[in-house]
Amino acid sequence: MSEWRGKWAQCGAVVAVVAILCCGLFVCRAESFPAPSAQASAHENEKEELLRVAGESGRRGGRIVIALKAEPKTLNPLTAADTPSREVISTMQGDLVHINRATQLTEPALAKSWKISADGLQYTLTLRQGLKFSDGHPVDIEDVLFTFRVYLDEAVHATQRDLLIVGGKPITVRKVDAQTVAFTFAKPYGVGERIFDGLAILPRHLLETAYKEGKLGQSGALGTAANQWAGLGAFRLKEYVAGQRLVLERNPHYWKADEQGNRLPYLDEIVFLFVPSADAQVLRFQSGETDMISRLGAENFSVLSRQARDYTMADAGPGLEYNFLFFNLNDLGEKAPAEMLRKQSWFRSEKFRQAVSLAIDREAIVRLVYQGRGAALWGPVTPGNARWANAAIRYPGRSLDKSRQLLAEAGFRSANGDNGEPKLVDADGKPVEFSIITSSSNADRAKMAALIQDDLKQLGMRAQVVPLELRSLIDRVTQTKEYDTCVLGIASFDADPNPEMNVWLSSGGMHLWNPSQKHAATNWEAEIDRLMEQQLTVTNTAERKKLYDRVQEILVEHQPMIFLASPDILVGAKKSIGNFHPVVLEPYALWNVEQLYQRNGAENARR
Amino acid sequence: MSTRSRLIICAVVLGALHLGVACAGFFAPYDPAAQDREHPYAPPMRLHFVDARGGIHLRPFAYAQELRTGSFDQYEENTARAIPMRFFARGASYRVLGVLPLRWHLFGTDAPVYLLGTDGYGRDLLSRVLFGGQVSLLAGLIGAGLTLSIGLCIGAAAGFWGGWKDEVLMRVAELFLALPWIYLLFAMRAFLPLAVPPLKAFLLVVVVIGAVGWARPARMVRGIVLSAKERNFVRAARGFGATGGYLLRRHILPETGSVVLTQAAVLVPQFVLAEMTLSFLGLGVPEPVPSWGNLLASLQHYNVLVSYWWMYLPALVMVPFFLGYLVLASLLQGSSRATKIEEAPVEV
Repeated sequence: MSEWRGKWAQCGAVVAVVAILCCGLFVCRAESFPAPSAQASAHENEKEELLRVAGESGRRGGRIVIALKAEPKTLNPLTAADTPSREVISTMQGDLVHINRATQLTEPALAKSWKISADGLQYTLTLRQGLKFSDGHPVDIEDVLFTFRVYLDEAVHATQRDLLIVGGKPITVRKVDAQTVAFTFAKPYGVGERIFDGLAILPRHLLETAYKEGKLGQSGALGTAANQWAGLGAFRLKEYVAGQRLVLERNPHYWKADEQGNRLPYLDEIVFLFVPSADAQVLRFQSGETDMISRLGAENFSVLSRQARDYTMADAGPGLEYNFLFFNLNDLGEKAPAEMLRKQSWFRSEKFRQAVSLAIDREAIVRLVYQGRGAALWGPVTPGNARWANAAIRYPGRSLDKSRQLLAEAGFRSANGDNGEPKLVDADGKPVEFSIITSSSNADRAKMAALIQDDLKQLGMRAQVVPLELRSLIDRVTQTKEYDTCVLGIASFDADPNPEMNVWLSSGGMHLWNPSQKHAATNWEAEIDRLMEQQLTVTNTAERKKLYDRVQEILVEHQPMIFLASPDILVGAKKSIGNFHPVVLEPYALWNVEQLYQRNGAENARR
Repeated sequence: MSTRSRLIICAVVLGALHLGVACAGFFAPYDPAAQDREHPYAPPMRLHFVDARGGIHLRPFAYAQELRTGSFDQYEENTARAIPMRFFARGASYRVLGVLPLRWHLFGTDAPVYLLGTDGYGRDLLSRVLFGGQVSLLAGLIGAGLTLSIGLCIGAAAGFWGGWKDEVLMRVAELFLALPWIYLLFAMRAFLPLAVPPLKAFLLVVVVIGAVGWARPARMVRGIVLSAKERNFVRAARGFGATGGYLLRRHILPETGSVVLTQAAVLVPQFVLAEMTLSFLGLGVPEPVPSWGNLLASLQHYNVLVSYWWMYLPALVMVPFFLGYLVLASLLQGSSRATKIEEAPVEV
């Protein structure tokens, strides 16, 4: 995963190709979530303004154990790119404005309020009073200024830097008074205050020396002494045992409280175990060694549901991950092999792509790959992202007749193969044969490819599935461009079009079918470029939605990617865990980690 | 029972098993790659002679399986819908031994009947096991043939001519024994074009597993040749002016016969297993073509392991084949020892 992002540079912080085996998301749609109340109430405790959050009150104490598929690479939010690191860091760090993972809306966090100027260029944020880092050091406005200086410093190579370049210029940060800071944008920014989500405020007192020495990137390694690392999250570093576990303890200075005014979090400890395989994670969960399991595959989810004893299994509904098939539409130049150029002449035909798309049975994919726990896709925005999905785009169902008609219009015809089976030939009489590459570590996508292979066989196309190791697959797609077609998936971190810029802009590194173009290769790609740039600076959400709807329409019309299916987010937890409300945004079950608690304190203490 | 008659029984049983697999198209009711997307992971269906109301039928039938509502893989028998079996029915086309096209099957039904259940794509496991056997056994037989031919040539040459030739050939053999052949295969796969058609992939697997295994039989053959060339009848023939080629062909190689046969019986199951290992690692025959190896590959997943017991059946099917070969090997070994004892007084 991190290699993938490294190559595609910094936008990686926002979009990740999910190469995971698992997937699945979502949370109980109908249920109402305990959303933190949007207003911070002044807590009369030494002028400390705690943020009160709504929801079931829990009991203090206890710990939960969670498995991670790999050791986090770092605790440093500046360099973290891999999923385990991000998951751990999200429990250890705080941001100025936070996107509530359940409502998908912004809410105050370290900043108790903010103002946006009428022209949309200036954001003024007021910091909460009495904030302290997890080591007890008070937070002041200098920490905020330091943080943004670090993010914007090119020498630091922070993954967040690209996000802070708006209209081609880095945003500027200015201190207004001891509690207030002003951010100025070169152009209005459509995303608004969502930009601040996930930008951890860093402890200047611990990091400034390293920054001056140019070693900031190296700090925050897992072996860091607990007293040398601090954040504004619900938990802080306690102990790290290489290869085994990472233990976090309760941050006693955390800035949130429950409705009764009790300081959060409830839990004393979180233990992250490193369990590399999905199957091993299931076994640990079954045996009661871990308290929670997320990123579950549908098969393992049904195994656990069938045997459900003292755990709750939750299907949170379709997540933001979308899987798709795309064709190699790169300009390979004159030197490319003739066979490749011939294949590309098919792939470049819109009718051919539409025919392939219509022949693929998405419902079968949802049923056989996700055991029905997923959604068929026709456009890129999943039902999990209801606010941005274009309601007019619906999967029209499979139609082989329409498919055949489109192929005939594009000059393809049916001929008799050697073994009596019909085969499709192009205008020159050459049989239509190509390969589909897919990641060998992702069983779901390999299965999709096998279903597509069978679907296309009915049109007379011979597709061959080639499972490749993820790194060599990415190398083929982005570097050597030696492939015909590929099945891959992308999962955004946020339900907003912006993290997808790198995918849809023709100049983007993740514009998979033809990445990093100097000039848009086709008119419709140019139009997408224009719409995406435009939505970036429009501040009216309805207006932005209109622009993004059009982008979705163009994608569906031209089918550069054939969108297949989106898995549900599937999670499980022991019944003893209170406030367990998984959502479709990362970190699926840990988004409200400060509110999680153990109902049965005594039993837990024995462990 | 004499060794000879036991040998015959064993050979007949093995022959029958192989014939069954060779005529997979006839015994298999369906195309092994055909997906029935309405029946993923359907358990084996039972054949009935007695219906739900107690009526007895001479023609066996199965009850249709229907998905329990809201479930993905839980089926129940619908006793209102009986599917009678028709014998010698027409169905999917296939080729006998890859040549003769036919459409006749041992049995056919109007609605699908899965006697061994289906896999995750709803493909009939019985058909896949039978067709998969063709790939796996052929790989075993060709691989063993290749290994033994190379081993025989090299071993005989090294043993007969001796000297520096022997030294060189045996050092090369040791090199091959030490070769991590799985990595060799990974490396070879990386150099091949992206999409290898199933037939080529199959041949590649066979050639590679055949070509790297010659060292062990070569060393055995060399040992026998070394001792055989010093025997009196060989010396006598040499004394009458026989050439090296004649000696090898007429007198020495026949001596290695029993060892080669025994080796063959041991090597065939070994190569079938090697093919399985490769398919299991994704280096073998590509989907949707079945082989015993890729049939077992789905057992890598925990959920398959605990939820669908019939996915183990391919492993069970291999047992009689392997048992047959190993019994054959031990019988051959026994009989070769017997002949040696008979010959012994002659030599003295």
